[in-house]
Amino acid sequence: MTASVGVVTFPGSLDDRDALRAIAAAGAEPISLWHKDANLHGVDAVVLPGGFSYGDYLRCGAIARFSPVMDLIIAAAREGLPVLGICNGFQVLCEAHLLPGALTRNIDLHFQCVDQVLSIENTETAWTNGYAKDSRIVIPIKNGEGRFVASEPTLDRLEAEGRVVARYVGTSPNGSMRDIAGITNKRGNVVGLMPHPEHAIDSLTGPSSDGLTFFTSVVKALIAA
Amino acid sequence: MTRVVVDVMLKPEILDPQGQAILGALGRLGKSGVASVRQGKHFEIELDGEASPAALAQVEELAANFLSNPVIEDFVVSVGAS
Repeated sequence: MTASVGVVTFPGSLDDRDALRAIAAAGAEPISLWHKDANLHGVDAVVLPGGFSYGDYLRCGAIARFSPVMDLIIAAAREGLPVLGICNGFQVLCEAHLLPGALTRNIDLHFQCVDQVLSIENTETAWTNGYAKDSRIVIPIKNGEGRFVASEPTLDRLEAEGRVVARYVGTSPNGSMRDIAGITNKRGNVVGLMPHPEHAIDSLTGPSSDGLTFFTSVVKALIAA
Repeated sequence: MTRVVVDVMLKPEILDPQGQAILGALGRLGKSGVASVRQGKHFEIELDGEASPAALAQVEELAANFLSNPVIEDFVVSVGAS
């Protein structure tokens, strides 16, 4: 059976199309989900894409977090549904308290759009099991509010529990605390990542194909489950 | 109608680069004597009726769970102010 992976489109989502394309390239069936959906159409995993859901009004991700489909996703994520939040999707996961911390204005106030080197530190999650530990990958990052912040005890706990999934290599583009680019929950099914793996799945359209492994990893995790 | 105001500010320990940029601009405008600027959000909420304890409890709940993010922000609810 083919695994199916849903991608939620909120009003203002931008990267839902690329996420659907990445899922297809990884060999899974991509399913479009709408923010008002009252069921998850039987998907085996969910991607919350990048963009500016609800115009980033109030706070990035704050209004999306209360959309009808998110109630279902939050409940399912607590039961183990693999969920990847990319950029705005990461902000939604933090607002939903599925992940600790918050994403705030970049330290230099500039919107940053660069090809970014990352180190993949946790290869046990549903979304990173296909990477070699500490491998370096190059994928785009593009955000204005991507600075990861959390209290010192929370940061210490994330580090001690190996929940930092990805870290910026070299200077962090947004001033994130401890250069954190992505984190996971305790169970490893929910991952939030500021940079964009879905924009780097083939060398024709991205700086590399390094991002594809996020999507092949979840297919592998679903087949093994 | 009763006006209830919710002010939301970044917690003191959270860096506010927007406030710092404003402080920097004050210097360029030739204004002296300002040590620090922090930027926040101000919500004016009109209630249908009186600011009863139940109505205020509802605003508090709204402020805590929606208008502010407890990870990075504090809030203050005040009645009758503008």
